[in-house]
Amino acid sequence: MSILKNHAKLEKNATLLLIASLAVVTVGGIVEIAPLFYLQNTVEKVDGMRPYTPLELAGRNIYIREGCYACHSQMIRPFRDEVERYGHYSLAAESMYDHSFQWGSKRTGPDLARVGQRYSNEWHVQHLVEPRSVVPESVMPSYAFLKDKPLDTAGITGHLVANRRVGVPYTDDMIANAESDMRTQADPDADGSGLESRYPKVKIGNFDGKKQELTEMDALVAYLQMLGTLVDFSTYDETAGYR
Amino acid sequence: MKHGIGIVLSGALAFIAFLGAAFAVDDLFRQHMWIVFFVLIGFTALLMRNADFAPASPADETAYLDEPIRYGVIATVFWGVVGFLVGVLIAFQLAFPDLNVEPWFSFGRVRPLHTSAVIFAFGGNALIASSFYVVQRTCRTRLFGGDLAWFVFWGYQLFIVMAATGYLLGITQSREYAEPEWYVDLWLTIVWVAYLVVFMGTILRRKEPHIYVANWFFMSFIITIAMLHVINNMAVPVSIFGAKSYSAFSGVQDAVTQWWYGHNAVAFFLTVPFLAMMYYFVPKQVNRPVYSYRLSIVHFWSIIFLYIWAGPHHLHYTAVPDWAQTLGMVFSIMLWMPSWGGMINGLMTLSGAWDKIRTDPIVRLMVAAIAFYGMATFEGPMLSIKAVNALSHYTDWTIAHVHAGALGWNGMITFAAVYFLTPKLWGRERLYSIRMVNWHFWLATLGIVLYAAAMWVSGIMQGLMWREYDEQGFLIYSFAETVAAMHPYYVMRATGGLLYLAGGFLMAWNVYQTIRGRVRDEAPMGREQPVSGLAAQPAE
Amino acid sequence: METYTAMRHFADSWGLLGMALFFVGAVIFAFRPGSRAKADEAARIPLQDD
Repeated sequence: MSILKNHAKLEKNATLLLIASLAVVTVGGIVEIAPLFYLQNTVEKVDGMRPYTPLELAGRNIYIREGCYACHSQMIRPFRDEVERYGHYSLAAESMYDHSFQWGSKRTGPDLARVGQRYSNEWHVQHLVEPRSVVPESVMPSYAFLKDKPLDTAGITGHLVANRRVGVPYTDDMIANAESDMRTQADPDADGSGLESRYPKVKIGNFDGKKQELTEMDALVAYLQMLGTLVDFSTYDETAGYR
Repeated sequence: MKHGIGIVLSGALAFIAFLGAAFAVDDLFRQHMWIVFFVLIGFTALLMRNADFAPASPADETAYLDEPIRYGVIATVFWGVVGFLVGVLIAFQLAFPDLNVEPWFSFGRVRPLHTSAVIFAFGGNALIASSFYVVQRTCRTRLFGGDLAWFVFWGYQLFIVMAATGYLLGITQSREYAEPEWYVDLWLTIVWVAYLVVFMGTILRRKEPHIYVANWFFMSFIITIAMLHVINNMAVPVSIFGAKSYSAFSGVQDAVTQWWYGHNAVAFFLTVPFLAMMYYFVPKQVNRPVYSYRLSIVHFWSIIFLYIWAGPHHLHYTAVPDWAQTLGMVFSIMLWMPSWGGMINGLMTLSGAWDKIRTDPIVRLMVAAIAFYGMATFEGPMLSIKAVNALSHYTDWTIAHVHAGALGWNGMITFAAVYFLTPKLWGRERLYSIRMVNWHFWLATLGIVLYAAAMWVSGIMQGLMWREYDEQGFLIYSFAETVAAMHPYYVMRATGGLLYLAGGFLMAWNVYQTIRGRVRDEAPMGREQPVSGLAAQPAE
Repeated sequence: METYTAMRHFADSWGLLGMALFFVGAVIFAFRPGSRAKADEAARIPLQDD
């Protein structure tokens, strides 16, 4: 009966009630979240994954700024229709450098986890400027202003450093060259060998179609064009993730 | 000196914002800090104009501190109307995309403004105001901390303004329902701790030996939200003079942390403290004690324990480990029981006074709220079943579910609380108009039904279209075709939202007139109007 | 990983049992004979005054 008496105490002691209710709500969080930091299949590394290039990272930040995640998911579930529509289902490792993740919760528009290299740069620019000119049924807002907005290149080094602080393996070399890598990726005429050695499989191109200027459109399209392209599924070992 | 501390604090914050603008490393942060600076300078000037240099008369320590609650009620109504209005705007944007005004008013930026305005501005103000009201009455003591309650109120409004203006500028963490960036999060943390101090301090000096159960719910709301907010928003800013930060977690861990937060924002922001409102305002309005106080104790422990586990059901079939998904599903299904226990407890409080549903539109709002709560908490566990979720996830079905809960349960119980509080707080005999409350009830109900029905149909239809195959085994519909099929339902949904918004305007008018002390000349509710002619004649 | 496995086993056996017992205890406490009077008294708190 002593337990019963204790509850009576609880009902009359505010601090105890506070601590008890906090303890009760902490349990679930600890059990569900803590193991994920140790479990093999949530932290496994898959061949091909690399940190975002400076231009892709800037594009990703524009994707976040414009709230694209509100309508587009980046998480293909392992269902027949989704795999046929969007490609191989998403792996945990594919978002390992995503701070924060962009899985989304609603598909007002299609999933974008593997949109990279499905359309041309020109298509993306046209679609972002006037969505209904290429997809008449679309309800997407226009993002024409990105084409005229110069990209902020000076700040990018700080962004790489901040990413390194939260665990993304940016090397000193990557950080030192961040600003020039950003320009190089959007300039097909420049020498891209350094960039390519730092970021394997990087797509170089004049993304926005404007020769001289580096715009936010360059960055966003560069990001969209690399989504889901890093892991080579022709060589990916399905069973390697099972434990 | 009256407002002395307020002037100093607000002025100091304005100066910090000024420094932020001066040293900003990115354009967004500079623009945001200028906005905050001008808002705070304006507020400081307002305080100074109302300052009084005569020594303040000592507050009456035996009276309740109700002035911040009055402000809270007005803020609730104001932000409610703003939130509904923005909701209607984005609903129309989905039906007619030309309504997007780039860059500040495009869907992606306005959508978090809508969700935050209704959840944190409308809901949050309602919760702070009603918790301050309830805790004083049930503890029979004045709010603890003197002017700290004022700091909580104005500090919370500053949080709302910073969050809202930030979204439109494009400052966001992209974590749903936790979009504000690191510096806004820090400010909210300070305000929230002050809130906890005021609330706990009041309970600690109560004159009533027992802590009434509504206060348990409020208390666990405050402490759990503090925990969720701090953990989910852990991030490393690029610069202390920059807007952008990067989450401390990545990928799977980040997703589970965010939806552990996201689901518990629903649980501990939109459910637990609103149940506290139910446990106080329903007994007050029908003037009888809660049906079973002992059931409410069981309700409390089971709901806070079960809810915290349910988060992973937002991540079914994603790259999150299977066991976590299953755990989330099992706990979500178990939640059905305490949820309905609470619903029954609320509804049965009316037993013996059922006629009040007919005669008192405030009771009608409460009953509808509880009924919607029951419906939403049945639908929720159902949607968390993996097989159902496979169809419903990513579609408008989720939107239907959320709005049945938010518009039906949170909205209606809050309207009822506002209608209860306004005459009490301003010392009016009754509301300006009871019949307007009835109009509000019907507008809101009709709006919800239209809204939810449209979204149910469009959600299930879209889910089915995505997975439909022809006999050769090819997908029948392109994605764009499924978007086009949604159009009529998006128009219908926006219409439902308009009705709900109209109800909000009626409430604002009713509250405004009540505060002014007007009383509308109208026939009382619920009595049969005498019918001229035959029926009125007594039988021979 | 060993600690994790051990904790999992503990959580889904004794841990589960412990929590279930706590819950049953809380229910029994709430509905124990003799609690009715106290509960009724507490339930009347909001109705006493304004």
